[in-house]
Amino acid sequence: MDIDLITNVLYAMVRTGTPLLIVALGELVCERSGVLNLGQEGMMLMGAVVGFIVTLTTGSLMLGFMLAIVAGMLMSMLFAAIALGLNANQVATGLALTIFGTGLSAFIGAAYVGTPIVGLEPIAIPYLSDIPLIGKMLFAQDLVVYLSFGLFGLVYWFFKSSRLGLTVKAVGENPHAANSLGLPVMRTRYLAVAFGGGMAGLAGGYLSLAYTPLWAENMTAGRGWIALALVVFATWRADRIIFGAYLFGLASILNLVVQGLGYPVSPNLLAMMPYAATVLVLVMISSNVMKSKMYTPMWLGKPFHPHS
Amino acid sequence: MNRQVSATLSGQLRLQLKGITKQYPGCLANDKVDLEIGAGEIHALLGENGAGKSTLMKMIYGVTKPDAGEILWQGSVVEIKDPSMARKMGIGMVFQHFSLFETLTVTENIALALGDDAGDLQQLGRKISTVSKQYGMELNPDRHIHSLSVGERQRVEIVRCLVQDIKLLILDEPTSVLTPQEVETLFVTLRQLSADGCSILFISHKLKEVQALCHNATILRGGKVTGDCVPAEAGATKMAQLMVGSDTPISSNYPKATGTEVFLAVENLTNSSEDPFGTSLKKVNFSVRRGEILGIAGVAGNGQEELLAALSGEHLLDSSDPVKFSGRGVGLLDPRQRRELGLAFVPEERLGRGAVPEMSLVDNTLLTGFLQGLVNFGFINQGKTEQFSQKIIDDYKVKTPNNRTAAQSLSGGNLQKFIIGREILQNPQLLVAAHPTWGVDIGAATAIHKALIELRDKGAAILVVSEDIDELFLISDRLCAICDGEISPAKATLDTSIEEVGRWMTGVFEQIEPTAAQHVDEMLNTSSIN
Repeated sequence: MDIDLITNVLYAMVRTGTPLLIVALGELVCERSGVLNLGQEGMMLMGAVVGFIVTLTTGSLMLGFMLAIVAGMLMSMLFAAIALGLNANQVATGLALTIFGTGLSAFIGAAYVGTPIVGLEPIAIPYLSDIPLIGKMLFAQDLVVYLSFGLFGLVYWFFKSSRLGLTVKAVGENPHAANSLGLPVMRTRYLAVAFGGGMAGLAGGYLSLAYTPLWAENMTAGRGWIALALVVFATWRADRIIFGAYLFGLASILNLVVQGLGYPVSPNLLAMMPYAATVLVLVMISSNVMKSKMYTPMWLGKPFHPHS
Repeated sequence: MNRQVSATLSGQLRLQLKGITKQYPGCLANDKVDLEIGAGEIHALLGENGAGKSTLMKMIYGVTKPDAGEILWQGSVVEIKDPSMARKMGIGMVFQHFSLFETLTVTENIALALGDDAGDLQQLGRKISTVSKQYGMELNPDRHIHSLSVGERQRVEIVRCLVQDIKLLILDEPTSVLTPQEVETLFVTLRQLSADGCSILFISHKLKEVQALCHNATILRGGKVTGDCVPAEAGATKMAQLMVGSDTPISSNYPKATGTEVFLAVENLTNSSEDPFGTSLKKVNFSVRRGEILGIAGVAGNGQEELLAALSGEHLLDSSDPVKFSGRGVGLLDPRQRRELGLAFVPEERLGRGAVPEMSLVDNTLLTGFLQGLVNFGFINQGKTEQFSQKIIDDYKVKTPNNRTAAQSLSGGNLQKFIIGREILQNPQLLVAAHPTWGVDIGAATAIHKALIELRDKGAAILVVSEDIDELFLISDRLCAICDGEISPAKATLDTSIEEVGRWMTGVFEQIEPTAAQHVDEMLNTSSIN
């Protein structure tokens, strides 16, 4: 393998990992507040289709991304209204949201399938992008990838040192105790869910506006589910999420590279790799019960009635 | 000091409740309750479970609102909208079930409660150290809650109130989780706070503690105030009768027994806990004889759950030898097989483990009674099951509309009587009971104690694990204590003292020479006088 190949693999690894990273960071915030939203896939698809149609009709990528985020948030608020407002079962509500989002996005996007648009172009930062190996990976990406670096830093800092982050953790660990301290449990949860929805919308928009600039039914191809697994396997830690997201990216790219090099390995086997890698790493990391329990939101998925 | 004195000192009452009434569906939780607390007064709120203590303090702390009545704070009528408003007024509360976050540090926990006033975390950490030292409750602000003992957690809760400008501290059953020595330390702190002018509302059902600490007491029964008194002057019996009413018998003394041959033998039981916040058992050794009650004291979280799971068979051991029933190793047998060998088990949680909350009492009878011929070839014998459940209800005076009532709609005491009855009526050779009277009113507790003594006198071996040291002294024939997964040597109850068991509970198992022991006891007594 020559150096150019490795440079390109690293570049593609980050690009492929970015939508996962974004949606997983959103889900991380949501889950640490104690809410399990399984609607990632549906919210991503809605973000993808709305972003695509807006950009196609207005010609503005900026507007496309903005409304993708809004679409994701609206979807998540629908979830919140049912799961938090009416205290419905979070798992069932989230699953319903995914099914709903898949169907609705296919319906409103039916007329746009196969229409090409000009997607988001990478911006190479002068000099920095010429650094061997990692220059292209870190400094020749598009704006959303740069934004995702920033988002990672933000979420990491949020949980490490911010007061609001502390509140989110407290609400996810023990909402009754948080309520007795006068912390706004429900408001915190709505905000966390909205953030998760916005991130899912952005990740969806990234798929249809930058990664593969077109709309296809069910184009997220299970990335929302992978992101959910990623949050668990990262034991609810932002630093492990970025590692995991890029690991998936790498495994997906290696699959293409290996096929391109013509090794006689079944493509089906290779396509399995990103998933197999998750399961393996998941098992390895979660084997240390002591460590993973430290970060697990104990009230995850359980409803909270403030006055009971 | 009595109320008049403290009230004139401050010129006015700090807190006054007038005719507070709170109605919940199907239950009048508080009925025209009046209460007055002066500045620096330590006021006891006495009552049984369900007497309305929790509801009353929730209203003072702004968690719920009264339907009728007035709350006066420093002389003027206030409406306390929520806990954060209560805190701003200077009301702090230490809950019975701590409202702490396990995965956060002491400082982070306290910062959460302070809201925007928390400021810089490092500065807050220093303030926590200073305040905790000032009141003799040392705390390391950087430790995570899950690494703290129960007593230390309570300190965090108290310090959380103290770092603010506090005028009234509410403590809900604060001593139920502490060793006798820790109780003394807590009282020293509370007296110091009271001397500094902070009023304290001390919620309890332990009369001795109220007598030792409180200036005044208000007694609640069934949501109503049944009396006010000065605890130091009023007799314990009088207060107890005000609490339970005159028609309920209050527990007396039970004769002690010595037992015959060993039934349960635990030998070198070592077991690492699967729960990262749990406690591993370290070479546990003890035995229970037929016809005796062995009590195991200890503060919660010291390995009781792990020990009980190893005895009941919920957690299988690696080999059969560490737990023996009548000389036969049972470590590899599952709960059913152990029941077939004569085990009966009363778990700590009534709802969820002792009984299925949504199921009727009949169905709950079957839960452990399946060995009593209630099931034939996989089919439930409804008639027999109903009979058996009715026998439990009749024999143990379980108050319930009928045997089809769901377990969750029974009061704690009645459900516990039902569960104990269900286990005892199976004529066990060994009964393992965890916290048998936890959260149960005095009347039901007495009935449960009597049932246990009767079973003992019929020749069964009984193991009682409890946090209530008074209960253990009342019913146990021999006593030991568990601390951090280790068990102290057992001694006949009559040959030991509360102080000695208290030492065991903190992990000091060595036999202290009589003179040295006396010395320690003297030290304890001096500290209690301060």
